[in-house]
Amino acid sequence: MKLSVWTYEGPPHVGAMRVATAMKGLHYVLHAPQGDTYADLLFTMIERRNHRPPVTYTTFQARDLGSDTANLFKTACQKAYDRFQPQAMIVGASCTAELIQDDPGGMAELMGLPCPVIALELPSYQRKENFGADETFFRICRALARPIEKTKHVTANLIGPTALGFRHRDDITEVTALLEEMGISVNVCAPYGATPDDITRLGAAHVNVLMYPETGEAACRWMERDLDLPFTKTVPIGVGATRDFVAEVAKLTGVAPKLEESRLRLPWYSSSVDSTYLTGKRVFLFGDGTHVATAARIARDEMGFEVVGMGCYNREMARPIRALAKEYGVEALISDDYLDVEAKIEELAPEMILGTQMERHIGKRLGIPCAVISAPVHVQDFPARYSPQMGIEGANVIFDTWVHPLVMGLEEHLLHMFRDDFEFHDDAGASHHGHQAKARQPEKAEEPVAANDGAMPSETAEIIWLAEAERELKKIPFFVRGKAKRNTEAFAAERGVSQIGVDTLYEAKAHYAR
Amino acid sequence: MSLDTPNPPATGCRDTPVLKQRGQHEVFCGLTGIIWLHRKMQDAFFLVVGSRTCAHLLQSAAGVMIFAEPRFGTAILEETDLAGLADAQDELEREVARLLARRKDIRQLFLVGSCPSEVIKLDLARAAERLSVQYAPHVRVLNYSGSGIETTFTEGEDACLASMIPVLPETDERQLLLVGALPDVVEDQALDLLAKMGIENVKVLPARRADDDLAIGPNTVFALTQPFLGGSLAALGKRGARHIPAPFPFGEEGTTAWLLAVAQEFGIDRTLFDTVTHAPRARAKKAVAQAAEHLRGKSVFFFPDSQLEIPLARFLTRECGMTAIEVSAPYIHKGIVGPDLDLLAEGPTLAEGQDVDLQLDRCRAARPDLSVCGLGLANPLESEGLATKWAIELVFTPVHFYEQAGDLAGLFSRPIKRREALRLEAAE
Repeated sequence: MKLSVWTYEGPPHVGAMRVATAMKGLHYVLHAPQGDTYADLLFTMIERRNHRPPVTYTTFQARDLGSDTANLFKTACQKAYDRFQPQAMIVGASCTAELIQDDPGGMAELMGLPCPVIALELPSYQRKENFGADETFFRICRALARPIEKTKHVTANLIGPTALGFRHRDDITEVTALLEEMGISVNVCAPYGATPDDITRLGAAHVNVLMYPETGEAACRWMERDLDLPFTKTVPIGVGATRDFVAEVAKLTGVAPKLEESRLRLPWYSSSVDSTYLTGKRVFLFGDGTHVATAARIARDEMGFEVVGMGCYNREMARPIRALAKEYGVEALISDDYLDVEAKIEELAPEMILGTQMERHIGKRLGIPCAVISAPVHVQDFPARYSPQMGIEGANVIFDTWVHPLVMGLEEHLLHMFRDDFEFHDDAGASHHGHQAKARQPEKAEEPVAANDGAMPSETAEIIWLAEAERELKKIPFFVRGKAKRNTEAFAAERGVSQIGVDTLYEAKAHYAR
Repeated sequence: MSLDTPNPPATGCRDTPVLKQRGQHEVFCGLTGIIWLHRKMQDAFFLVVGSRTCAHLLQSAAGVMIFAEPRFGTAILEETDLAGLADAQDELEREVARLLARRKDIRQLFLVGSCPSEVIKLDLARAAERLSVQYAPHVRVLNYSGSGIETTFTEGEDACLASMIPVLPETDERQLLLVGALPDVVEDQALDLLAKMGIENVKVLPARRADDDLAIGPNTVFALTQPFLGGSLAALGKRGARHIPAPFPFGEEGTTAWLLAVAQEFGIDRTLFDTVTHAPRARAKKAVAQAAEHLRGKSVFFFPDSQLEIPLARFLTRECGMTAIEVSAPYIHKGIVGPDLDLLAEGPTLAEGQDVDLQLDRCRAARPDLSVCGLGLANPLESEGLATKWAIELVFTPVHFYEQAGDLAGLFSRPIKRREALRLEAAE
């Protein structure tokens, strides 16, 4: 038993729903109690889908448990087929139905429905949403796809995008365009927009583009083995990764690499003098493994940030993220407990978080700016405008998104110079953000204080900030104050200094100067 | 402005045959009630003993994440708990100990049963008893089921309140108990109106804090403020308290009828009643009339959701001039909504339970001007050109009593006004 307040991932059957809802002509019959239908609103409200997810729930109640839930399932299955006439069906159980062991898969098979019926076994008490999506899509492919003749010209499948995915809709457009520039057309994009009939045509492609390992890797591995389809390992998020991706696709298909970069702005924007202020900004990364890994490279190599910590919530990606963290000289945090993540962020005191909606809230609480890079999704993650993460436009979008929460360039200097101005102060925030400016509170008359009175609580209990140093610290702009405080304390601790004075503060500043 | 009450219809809906259907229920489970109950009871924590699905529901149902550390959480059952490798009772005790150590402000802890905990027959009553002894007197531990196999949406609140009733102290005092979780501002308005009539000894369940001196006994009379409290009604009956049946306090008419039933129970003089209610009644009528401009002559179709459907249909048909096509509720408890059914003119289909696909067929055929439905159905119906009102807003928004009557009508008129306001087609 584990106490959870907020979760990064839903149960595995929600992952199966993400696959079913992304597809067309597929229907999911889910053996589940009344109440599990809440999952419909994820799609109709968060993603603003204009149709119900293609899911029939048996919605059994207590009174059915004593009688015949198995029959209820069969009736629901038959009715769903009759009404929706799908090309294929997937059947499975949610967490509660798993406990009553009705075996939906076995029952559905015996019903002799006139379409393929694919049974899902998703262990609700062990696994989570991403696994559910990955496993479901793999089962669908294994049941429907067979080796077939390859297309005459070079084609690729796009694998992994689902309903309720982080910018999947726009990434599909972007990657399709990337491939088209190389003269490669898309054979099938799946699960997003594919029908079961399309799945049978997967084998006609020459290569699989694995867009999201979280939801498509099992299927890609199976297709590599059984359909002779190699798949790409580079996820084209960021400038370098997009270039690598093009090279990888070229190598796998024998097509000449080609990348149209005239619309690419990130490299120049990042080199532009106004971006100097981004140099060495300390960032903490958290999200799903794929987005964190790609964000780390962009953060360090393309934005000039310093990555001070990273982690992911999906245990399936623990190994690659640990390895990557080692490469970046930081320790990986693999956890789906947002309290752990919050504690880590508090400890590291980064200047910016690149995280999920959870970290956005953590950042709000701690006063640290945050840009969202990964699911779990929020209605805000489905903007009306074109807003991919992948490819050339994705890189442009990422530059804008990551810079937006920060206090920009010259404004940072102005804040430093005019820190006593009534509008430029800690609570004022960045000027391009639309909140109401708060007027500076008049400071209380400074009373002479004895060494320990009014001493600032510090992270290391033995070190005390003298009042004078504390006042000096307050003169440092808020967005670097956390770092200054930490650095000074670390500096003092290293030297066995127990009281921090103004000199200690500036000695530390000189020590850490870069 | 005349404040005459319109006559009840010649034939109400109390004896209308009810269409009962059994198919897919597109409804929330009772756990959803935690979203508003934990805000109402400021020293209570709701610990759901369930699965990842329960936790996911709680964070999704609110539509937004309430990121102040919430006073609810889910103890997620894992493989080891199910396989009997870990003693679930011990595990639960450990999680409760950890929680109460961190949250010293918690005075009431609800162990909330879920579908999986019911199916594996985890005895939360026993756990609550043991923990109550262990943490007395600082923390009271209770349990109830919010599972989907036992409860539908608002029935979770009913189960929660019903779990508190047996442990309330006994009193012989003559008192009025208002039952139902209302926003504080609304509750205060009701208490103020009652006080002005001279009804002084009024208590509220749930109390805002555990240490309120709430007691109950044979001289307690109670009025429900929410129509989904059937279990609480029964539990109060067992303690000797007596129910005051009345239409529910939605709109001017409902509020007046509800207050009048209470006033009559306490022998309040009619002149005093009229003096106290005159001004707020007039305000409510005026506010409702403004919103009703957009509702008059329009039709409404209720999908089953919160059990508020029947009182709201009464409000919309009698005070806003709408026509009800179908009024469905998860359950129809005539002992509770009977007075509202009497006021609802015959005509609409009354339905209990749901087969969502068949009901959608009926809705599409009827093409109502407004469909009141859950969040899973709203956008799909909108995309078919049918205006919708999300039912969940009705339990998240202050809508009871006089001062909110206009807001209540506004909830229904807004989607219709919005459709009229949007001009998205080309000019020619």
